[in-house]
Amino acid sequence: MRLQYPSNVKIICLPCTGKVDLIHILRAFEKGADGVYVVGCLEGACQFTSGNIRARKRVEQARAILDKVGVGGERVQMYNLSSSEAPRFVQIASEMTEKMMALGPNPIKTAKSRMAA
Amino acid sequence: MIVAKKKPIEEIIDEIKGYQKILIVGCNECVTVCESGGKKEVAVLASALRMYFLNQGKDVKIDEVTLERQCDHEYLEEIRKMIDQFDAVLSLACGVGVQFLAEKYTRTPIYPGVDTSFMGVTQERGIWTERCQGCGQCILARTAGICPVSRCAKRIFNGPCGGSTKGKCEISREIDCAWQLIIDRLKELGRLDDYEQIQPIKDWSTERAGGPRKVVREDVR
Amino acid sequence: MSTETKTPSKLEKVLKAGHLAVTSECGPPRGSDAHPIKKKAEMIKNYVDAINITDNQTSVTRLCSLASCIHLKLMGLEPILQMVTRDRNRTALQSDILGAASFDIFNILCLSGDHQVFGDNPKGQNVFDLDSMQLLQTVRHMRDQKKFLGGDDIGRPPRMFVGAAANPFADPFEIRVPRLAKKIAAGAEFIQTQCIFNVEKFELYMKLIRDRGLHEKVFILAGVTPLKSVGMAKYMKNRVPGMDVPDEIIKRMSGVPKEKQPDEGVKICIETIQRLKQVEGVKGFHIMAIEWEEKVPEIVERSGLSPRPQVP
Repeated sequence: MRLQYPSNVKIICLPCTGKVDLIHILRAFEKGADGVYVVGCLEGACQFTSGNIRARKRVEQARAILDKVGVGGERVQMYNLSSSEAPRFVQIASEMTEKMMALGPNPIKTAKSRMAA
Repeated sequence: MIVAKKKPIEEIIDEIKGYQKILIVGCNECVTVCESGGKKEVAVLASALRMYFLNQGKDVKIDEVTLERQCDHEYLEEIRKMIDQFDAVLSLACGVGVQFLAEKYTRTPIYPGVDTSFMGVTQERGIWTERCQGCGQCILARTAGICPVSRCAKRIFNGPCGGSTKGKCEISREIDCAWQLIIDRLKELGRLDDYEQIQPIKDWSTERAGGPRKVVREDVR
Repeated sequence: MSTETKTPSKLEKVLKAGHLAVTSECGPPRGSDAHPIKKKAEMIKNYVDAINITDNQTSVTRLCSLASCIHLKLMGLEPILQMVTRDRNRTALQSDILGAASFDIFNILCLSGDHQVFGDNPKGQNVFDLDSMQLLQTVRHMRDQKKFLGGDDIGRPPRMFVGAAANPFADPFEIRVPRLAKKIAAGAEFIQTQCIFNVEKFELYMKLIRDRGLHEKVFILAGVTPLKSVGMAKYMKNRVPGMDVPDEIIKRMSGVPKEKQPDEGVKICIETIQRLKQVEGVKGFHIMAIEWEEKVPEIVERSGLSPRPQVP
């Protein structure tokens, strides 16, 4: 459909969100990502049965850890949509971007630059 | 396997917060199977702790290594060359591993990262349940393969007690009454008459009560 | 059963003389003032043959059963020491048995005990060195073989009439009778049952007991409890494990206005006793009216169980 979505969103393609492991999410934040969101199939429609369910559980785990270490669990989100919902995909990208702008930069980034100085 | 669960991160932070160079050591056996201290859990914990300390404005080095086991000398030797780089070690092995590490590397403080709980089974993914308490004198032959020491909350040898309700223990509806299980199994084996045999008083001297235990095999020494 | 008594226990004498025995129970206070329990015992003493003193019931710390039994013994009453295996190892159990025997306490009820998670010390350890079955064996061994479990001789061995509890309504029903047989084999000489509301089920239980001749090997005292209110009846029905309260009872209790419910509860209790008197094998009654001990005299009188027989 050639719709535009915010350029600050980096997409990592996976065969299924079930492939996302907790460490992938955490490392992204460790390296300075301001937000991470996982986009999977609608619940009940996962091609691999329940990969998206596992992903949701891992996102929740990540959220709990990020809250405890001072990064903030709101920076990671899970969304479900079908592959035909391009406008929704754009909407999610914008939504996440707005949310992260409101939260400000990842405190890890700020801390690292302060230490380098 | 030995089943352990991850310590809350707040507790771990409290243990290691004074240190600058920390090594997190995982174990490839039991704690990997119960998903509390294997390579994956080491990675997650290391990442989380790095982020925590960065946010605190502290420059803390956190390295990761996972050994095959932490209850054998040979595997613990593998970190001899690197351990002096660190001022503390956080071991995600069971209590056995943490102690053995501490015995071997006496000049490095070793901290536990999991709460070791019991000897048990993977009932299903994500649920581990207790089966054995190491009483030292296995009586499973007399109880149709179900242990009253580890599965009965009162370790009754001639049960069930008056609190058994619809096959569940009086202390929780989520816990099976061990004696109901034993009776059901005896029925399946056609041995319900065995129920009336009085189980004798247990010799607890081979259990924790008798003091720290040792097994020796002279023939292999 | 032989009519020859093995101990000076008044309860044993009453039962072996062929009378229906009556026992009741009192719970000790949560403090060191023994007055409340002495008062309760005083209230019921002429209406029962012996009085059970509970042992940290529901795992709530109270004045211990042994000390309370001693207080009662010093009043000239007949206590039944309830002993659970939850809190004491075999050394302490044997030691407390001797303690009781040193004051000539002649009755003991052997129990496992409610798990400590229900009480005021859920984080504490439990012991369970022995279970109730093994405790029965232990007391009999001390009395009859006159030896400690360790093998040494006992100076002035205890002379105690040994009892156990039975619950005809607990799960699973199919092993209730084998379980009673086991307790008898382990040494139980009298049984106090859980309180009975479902008389039909109890009658079935007793029939199965009689089929095996067990009613002649042990004295069975049927447990009864007067209901104070329909709330109490519902609570017992739904929240207490091993309790069978039929719907007819709930209906009867809710069918009367609140202020009349205690009287209805006492009435049901008395009717239950009268029905149970007809059941072959029932050798007495154990009236459990915790915190309502003042009703015991009335229940005993109106059930035709008064006056209590005098025995030598």
